[in-house]
Amino acid sequence: MENRTRVFVPMDTTARSLGADGVAEALRREAESRGTAIEIVRNGSRGLYWLEPLVEVEVGAERLAYGPVAESDVGSLLDADLPGGGDHPLALGPTESLPWLAGQSRLTFARVGVTDPLSIDDYRAHDGFRGLEKAASMTPEEIVAEVTESGLRGRGGAAFPTGIKWNTVLKTDAAQKYIACNADEGDSGTFADRMIMESDPYVLLEGMTIAGFATGATMGYVYIRAEYPLAIRIMREAIERAEAAGLLGGNLLDSGRDFNVEVREAAGAYICGEETSMLESLEGKRGMIRFRPPLPAVKGLFGAPTVVNNVISLATVPIILDKGAEYYRDYGSGRSRGTLTVQLAGNIRQGGLVEIGFGRPLSELLYDFGGGSATGRPIRAVQAGGPLAAYVHPSQFDTPLDYEEFAAIGAMIGHGGLVVFDDTVDMGEQARFAMEFCAIESCGKCTPCRVGAVRGVEVIEKILNGENEAANLELLRDLCDTMVSGSLCALGGMAPFPVISVLDHFPEDLRARA
Amino acid sequence: MTEPDRQTRQTIRRLAEAGAAQAGALLPILHAIQDELGYVPDAAVPIVAEVLNLSRAEVHGVVSFYHLFRTDPPGKQTLYVCRAEACQSMGSRELERHARDKLGIGYHETTADGRFSLEPIYCLGNCACSPAVMIDEDVYGRVTPERLDELLD
Ligand SMILES: Cc1cc2nc3c(=O)[nH]c(=O)nc-3n(C[C@H](O)[C@H](O)[C@H](O)COP(=O)(O)O)c2cc1C
Ligand code: SF4
Ligand code: FES
Repeated sequence: MENRTRVFVPMDTTARSLGADGVAEALRREAESRGTAIEIVRNGSRGLYWLEPLVEVEVGAERLAYGPVAESDVGSLLDADLPGGGDHPLALGPTESLPWLAGQSRLTFARVGVTDPLSIDDYRAHDGFRGLEKAASMTPEEIVAEVTESGLRGRGGAAFPTGIKWNTVLKTDAAQKYIACNADEGDSGTFADRMIMESDPYVLLEGMTIAGFATGATMGYVYIRAEYPLAIRIMREAIERAEAAGLLGGNLLDSGRDFNVEVREAAGAYICGEETSMLESLEGKRGMIRFRPPLPAVKGLFGAPTVVNNVISLATVPIILDKGAEYYRDYGSGRSRGTLTVQLAGNIRQGGLVEIGFGRPLSELLYDFGGGSATGRPIRAVQAGGPLAAYVHPSQFDTPLDYEEFAAIGAMIGHGGLVVFDDTVDMGEQARFAMEFCAIESCGKCTPCRVGAVRGVEVIEKILNGENEAANLELLRDLCDTMVSGSLCALGGMAPFPVISVLDHFPEDLRARA
Repeated sequence: MTEPDRQTRQTIRRLAEAGAAQAGALLPILHAIQDELGYVPDAAVPIVAEVLNLSRAEVHGVVSFYHLFRTDPPGKQTLYVCRAEACQSMGSRELERHARDKLGIGYHETTADGRFSLEPIYCLGNCACSPAVMIDEDVYGRVTPERLDELLD
């Protein structure tokens, strides 16, 4: 075949939501009619979402970026010799040198946006399956020790040490054990799991397989939110291809060990992201919270010892095995080791995925990476860590991104989402929504949450309407206390946190409206 | 509501039987039914219950627990408007109002001509390019009211 220049047009959900499919189609059509020889590769997204659709062209050993590209730019790009890396108003230079990317430490996301997501050859050519090959030569105890020493903590929200969880499953005797990957990614402002599944699905399968080798589990499920139809399709296709290539199934990679994976589609209940609720759902039931103990690691899916881990936790394991615990642990600060996959979302000029070592101040993410608000107005509040977490006030923006530092100001890192609001935000309305969301999503098992959230909405509405403001503000505090201390799980137990943060830091918005 | 015909019942039975062998079969079966019929008709409850050897109450409980299972036929297309925080920060409340006014319906309703159903959704993972909507399975970002009009026309 003649030497065709490779042109990359991302196919991830966000790139497509901004017209990437139309750009790819226009490129194909225009190049064909001009007789320009190009090969269009649908790669994943690098996560520079403010520049999507970001088109790249391979010139020599380098990839040059152009963006954001609209369908209507395709003609002028080809006029400007896109395949030769020609100059154009949308030209951004070498992709890897873009400060936004160069300033990151992409470990978990090393391949994301670089490769063709479903190509196993591409995956291998970019260090894929090296962690698994290493793991295949290790004992379960050695794998668990490596993950423990890396300092990796669960990226789904609770930040529990992954190695310790795995050790419990390893040490629990059972004929059948499971790996249950939590891909419910319900927090607003988060999309890191989606990006891994859409843009580098094999790294998740590799991480799950290593978890299986480490614990003796031979079956894995990926529980994916129904709101992610593309991720579901890609993961299913990746599993089929991996099976066909002998990378999943019996005696995979000639390791003498078996591991299978199946995708299960959720059905739009936020509570099913909570691990015991997710297990109920995987068993085909309503997503009601389970009492603990027993821990899922001891008695989880179908009563068997089960590792429940977030997508990012599992997708980080291959590089830890490949490069060693120390390599990973060297990133980070304090007890927050390794890298955090920050998702810049909401009212932010340069939104997208930033993977960096823990410990950098929040302000650096908001202003250096993020470039401030999208509207150009002052940033007034940031909801970090999902809908059950506090709104962070500008006076706290110098807080380092570190689990303990955030906890110390009553905030949360959670799954790493940062939702930015400018100064037009109505924080009273945000407080009301926090309670409304809890009311919509409550599983109904316990009273403080089921009844408390509905009451919370009413009380906040009364305050905003000027009914007995002082008494109702006091009532709201009490109600929050009751929910925090009396709820069975973190949905009811944490939904008051955003409300309390508004009471504490934005009291001027939670009072009678003129 | 009209009773599903014989053929629909047969479809439901076929899908239930095809999925029955897997562990935790109920959700995958309900998805299969909704994928094929567009919704999970009430008549599916006893059939699925019988095939899986569950009580009707159990099956009904699951169908009603999950927001994304619907029990009435949807319009030709479904517009999902994201109501979650990141989209709120970029004007989704206005977009929601616009969607309702434009279609003349509220959430969980279908236009009289049967063209659109309107559903709320809580995050599509498109939060760096808010506000977001989804039409059937296609997600759109930075959707202004004008853009929504184009998408719906
Ligand atoms: C209401 C609620 C929702 C949650 N949603 C998610 C979710 O969408 N994804 C996730 O990975 N963890 C979620 N979690 C945390 C899980 O319960 C659990 O801690 C996590 O999946 C464990 O994996 P990790 O240790 O790798 O983080 C949620 C917790 C609660 C209380
Ligand atoms: S706190 Fe809410 S979601 Fe959690 S168990 Fe109680 S009712 Fe269910
Ligand atoms: S909050 Fe709307 S897409 Fe995430």
